[in-house]
Amino acid sequence: MDFRYSEEQLALQDTLQRFISRDYGFERRRALARTPLGFSAEAWEQYAALGLLALPYPEEFGGLGGNGVDIMAVMETIGQGLLLEPYLSTVVLCGGLIRDAAAAPVKSSILPQIAAGQLRIALAAYEAAGRYDLAHVACSATPNGGGWTLSGRKAVVLDAPSADYFLVSARATGRAADAQGISLFLIARDAPGITLFEYPTQSGGRAADLQLEDVAAGPDALIGEPGRALAIIERAVDSAIAALCAEALGIVTALNEATLNYLKTRKQFGVPIGAFQALQHRMAEMIIAAEQTRSMAIIAAVHVDADDAVKRRRAISGAKAYIGQAARFVGQQAVQLHGAMGVVDDVIVSHYFKRLTMIDMTLGDADLHLARFSEAAAIEPQDA
Amino acid sequence: MDLNYTPEEESFRAEVREFLCAELPADIRAKVNLGRRMHKEDLVRWQKILYQRGWGAGMWPRRFGGAGWSVVQQHIFDEEGAASGAPPQIPFSLRMVAPVLMTYGNAAQQQYYLPRIISGQDWWCQGYSEPGSGSDLASLRTSAVRQGDHYLVNGQKTWNTLGQYADWIFCLVRTSSEVRPQQGISFLLIDMKTPGVSVRPIITIEGEHEINDIFFENVKVPLQNLVGDENSGWTYAKFLLGHERTNNAGIGNCKRGLKRLKKIAATQTMHGRPLIEDSRFRDRIAQVELELMALEITNLRVLSAEASEARAPGPEASILKIKGSEIIQQIAELQMHALGHDALLYVRDALELDWSPPSLLADHYPDYAPVLSGQYFNQRKTTIYAGSTEIQKNIISKLILGL
Repeated sequence: MDFRYSEEQLALQDTLQRFISRDYGFERRRALARTPLGFSAEAWEQYAALGLLALPYPEEFGGLGGNGVDIMAVMETIGQGLLLEPYLSTVVLCGGLIRDAAAAPVKSSILPQIAAGQLRIALAAYEAAGRYDLAHVACSATPNGGGWTLSGRKAVVLDAPSADYFLVSARATGRAADAQGISLFLIARDAPGITLFEYPTQSGGRAADLQLEDVAAGPDALIGEPGRALAIIERAVDSAIAALCAEALGIVTALNEATLNYLKTRKQFGVPIGAFQALQHRMAEMIIAAEQTRSMAIIAAVHVDADDAVKRRRAISGAKAYIGQAARFVGQQAVQLHGAMGVVDDVIVSHYFKRLTMIDMTLGDADLHLARFSEAAAIEPQDA
Repeated sequence: MDLNYTPEEESFRAEVREFLCAELPADIRAKVNLGRRMHKEDLVRWQKILYQRGWGAGMWPRRFGGAGWSVVQQHIFDEEGAASGAPPQIPFSLRMVAPVLMTYGNAAQQQYYLPRIISGQDWWCQGYSEPGSGSDLASLRTSAVRQGDHYLVNGQKTWNTLGQYADWIFCLVRTSSEVRPQQGISFLLIDMKTPGVSVRPIITIEGEHEINDIFFENVKVPLQNLVGDENSGWTYAKFLLGHERTNNAGIGNCKRGLKRLKKIAATQTMHGRPLIEDSRFRDRIAQVELELMALEITNLRVLSAEASEARAPGPEASILKIKGSEIIQQIAELQMHALGHDALLYVRDALELDWSPPSLLADHYPDYAPVLSGQYFNQRKTTIYAGSTEIQKNIISKLILGL
């Protein structure tokens, strides 16, 4: 048993960390978040040059053949640096979905372009009334000649404003919330009939609501089998959840470091505030939460590639639920221990806290995943 | 990163499982699985069986008769033992006094005491806490005064676990008051049969006799019963604490408790349906299961770091102690709550294995029920003993955080 990152993974983290301290300091990040794009196009090119964008794809498609733990190592560092680029959407979520479910010609065309930093994709799966339910798809796919015509709306499509393509879930049969009847389409951003309402997110990224009006999807736009897309979307979302867990781990670690440093340097009543036992014990609890968060992020990362969907989903939901709670605790307490310094925009603590909070709100919050984890327990055989 | 056990470790696990299946006596297994009262004879019998197999002391070095296991092997053994209903080995002798004797004792002490410990011949207990010295252990006052060829010991130890069974007690005693409190303490081995030693039971919250006061009145202890150097006992005590903390997350025990909790929740009913289908109750189980999932990996991370760096457990053991004790308490709490109003019954006889419920009780009072409330009360001790949660947080603040 070995719980350490490999030499290669540590080297990858080290390279990315050096890039962050050189080119992606807090002030630079704040400035980037206010630009129209909302992230750094140069950084994206850097990631391509470092191989980060090729990491999870097979070598035959220009990738590096990385696994869930490789992605964990990268996402942990992305969290530490609060990087704004759409790595999760393009590389992990959509790229991963295409890797797992698309036909070979689509993979050959798309994955090398992602790896080279030439193409970005956003997942348009959620709808307004569906909350976190991926099966809630009212958006329609009507057969039309050899292809389909898509109509409907998609809500809070993360990283949509900078995407070249969307992966859109739409329904040919059944009612909204039916597990069957959902298909997935790769649609170019500039396809006629697509309108975006763009907005920034709470944690500095960009997103949009999509309106699709009679958008034409050709036969080769279909990803996976018609009517059976839910399982492949869920699998990709699970791997994105594991990646979010790792990102949260990076932030929790960085927040604890910042908070500990503050306890040692901020003086009141003539002593560093870290001399007070009430704060020492709080900090001890935050460190424990961070260790447990790392363990859960590991559990999520090693289950990403598991073929047993029941086991995979239980582990992933368990990790997301646990980390949602633990990260909320650490985030709130980091703000509290920083006093008023924790609630101002020009100190990094508030930005870490906001990102942690939004990670919990992304792809299902702690309550949703706890319920999913808990429901699985009800159907386990009790043979003891 | 590799979360799999090696093939050697897997085959060791199979060997342990096979041994437990063949050698763990059914009555002991039943007592453990049903949480029934354990007697000295049960624990000694099991120690002797392990000793026969060469597993009397897994992690002791081979030169002292141990099995020389790695921390991972010990973890596997503990996990399998807990899963199959093996009782814990009494830690005071095997995991506490023995490592001190191996490291700081002289050859005569090692040759006399260690074989008697591993074979189950001698039962040891611990004399640390005193009425005025709990978390502030170094303030202890039980005195040992040199008089010719012996020490004269006077004082009182308390919260002593299972001393009513003990042949020997290892004590921290004050041999000097001239220096800092930590520097005047010695580590003394005392025969419980010595005149002047008396044991007074303390009945704990659940009504059982598990702990004691021990009184020393002019007890003559031969000088050769001093371990190491006089006034160096605090160093040995801290060393011992490190060993006590090895595997103190109690993962195997927690996993057994969780499995049992789920079984109870599947058996108990609410509105005519299994309790486990009530989402409010089930979510509470899920919450503690998540803590345990995380802690199992945290524990293995600590163990594998110890193994690969060949070092003693460090302050991260405090994290395991805090979390492990909280988890076992939560499991005990949920087990009791699962009973509903059956939790109110206090039937002392029901703690014995041969008890069977009168017919009026039998239809709603299953075999797992009698112990659960008592266990809930008893488990409140886990966040208090062996360094309370608050002391553990002090340790983390000081040694991990540098505050």
